[in-house]
Amino acid sequence: MAFTKRSDGRKMDELRKIQCKVGIIPNADGSAMFAHGDTVAFAAVYGPKILNPKHQQNPEKGVIRVHYNMLSFSVTERIRPGLSRRSQEISKVTEWALSPVVMLNELPGTVVDVHINIIQANAGTRCAGINAAAMALAHAGVPMKNMVSSVSIGKIDDKIVVDLTKEEEDYKEGEGSTDIPMALLSNSDNMTLLQLDGKIQIKRLKEALEAGKTACKKVYEAQKAALKETK
Amino acid sequence: MAEKKEVKSPKTKTENLREVVIPGEVIGKGDLLPGDWTAKQDGNIIATRLGVVDKSDKLIKIVPISGVYIPRRGNVVIGVIENLTMRGWIVNIKAPYDAFLMLKECPMFVNENEMADVYNIGDLVVAKIFSVKRDSIDLTTKGRGLGKIKEGMIVEINPHRVPRVIGKEGSMVKQIKDASGCEITIGQNGLVWIKGSSVEDELFARKAIEFVVENTITAGLTEKMEDWLKKNKKTPTKETKETEK
Repeated sequence: MAFTKRSDGRKMDELRKIQCKVGIIPNADGSAMFAHGDTVAFAAVYGPKILNPKHQQNPEKGVIRVHYNMLSFSVTERIRPGLSRRSQEISKVTEWALSPVVMLNELPGTVVDVHINIIQANAGTRCAGINAAAMALAHAGVPMKNMVSSVSIGKIDDKIVVDLTKEEEDYKEGEGSTDIPMALLSNSDNMTLLQLDGKIQIKRLKEALEAGKTACKKVYEAQKAALKETK
Repeated sequence: MAEKKEVKSPKTKTENLREVVIPGEVIGKGDLLPGDWTAKQDGNIIATRLGVVDKSDKLIKIVPISGVYIPRRGNVVIGVIENLTMRGWIVNIKAPYDAFLMLKECPMFVNENEMADVYNIGDLVVAKIFSVKRDSIDLTTKGRGLGKIKEGMIVEINPHRVPRVIGKEGSMVKQIKDASGCEITIGQNGLVWIKGSSVEDELFARKAIEFVVENTITAGLTEKMEDWLKKNKKTPTKETKETEK
């Protein structure tokens, strides 16, 4: 049976409901919440501040450190708290997705700490994390050239689908499921994140990226609206 | 009718001034001069920080509304002594970098061995920034109103709200000072020192400052503040009278 309808009644290019808010953690220099449906990410930014130990400092530019963490209660089966291979990989990938927009050369010898916590997960956590982190960085007053918006696109059986849920990610019939998280800059067509998990034809990948770009623009509008409400 | 229109137009102007822009947003064409926290990109001027646009003639700049304090030359700040070195004190002023207070920038002669008697670790000082380099901030405590804080209360506020707490030519602080009878020193880094004759006065001044910080966006805040001070000042005096009786 071919995949024709999404279980939550969404159109193929429709995003889940986006909720975002800035300034949720009073002790942080900048913070934000971003939710794609049931996936909820909280991001807190501390800094720019002096980087210690001193040998890690870079006298030419600042350093950005990202800590991605999935809380033990975020999924149905409790996960072991703390670092895992997966969380370390996502931290690194998020760091690479964010560092091109942050003007670190204006902050020599400092560090910007970004902590991303996934409160609730239903696929697309790294995308929600990047979106929340970009908003938190802007809220923390870190100089940035651009905003980053991220979304995951996929191919279920032979249909290009935007913003997959966990259920869709696990689709096994037909050609199966492919998950492509991507991050796009707001005022150019440059991408800072592109991963692929599964199988896809080159022609379909190009199609998927086009769908992702329009979806990222929608995410950007949501981020913009939330940031403009900062008091 | 014409009068009514005139009243309406300045309001819309202020609303336009308060429009928040986000990093990467285009705020003007290339013929403008990019000021603080702006950059040129593809012939357009973009914002590089979350803030409010301030345009005067050809210069366009962003006034930040959130984030850590950015030290500027001439700012009076309140800091905590973090460490003593051979040549002076290291002061935490809540900026991205630690500030340095040189030995000779102390109003009196200080022997190298008696530095802790003047400013010790953990002491609070009111100081003025006299130079900001790429990654170093130099302070001085020579001057009126500068030096160690010995008594009173410290309140921490958002450093970007400081101009509003001070008001136009200090009108807002003056109001709070007169109403509470306290001496108030506002550090540009968001630390406020309140010194009054009693704790009640200090607490009242703190409440007043917190009220201003919460209502920064409101237009005509000075008048609102007047009402607030009148309303709130009455209750504590009544209470004290009752207890006296």
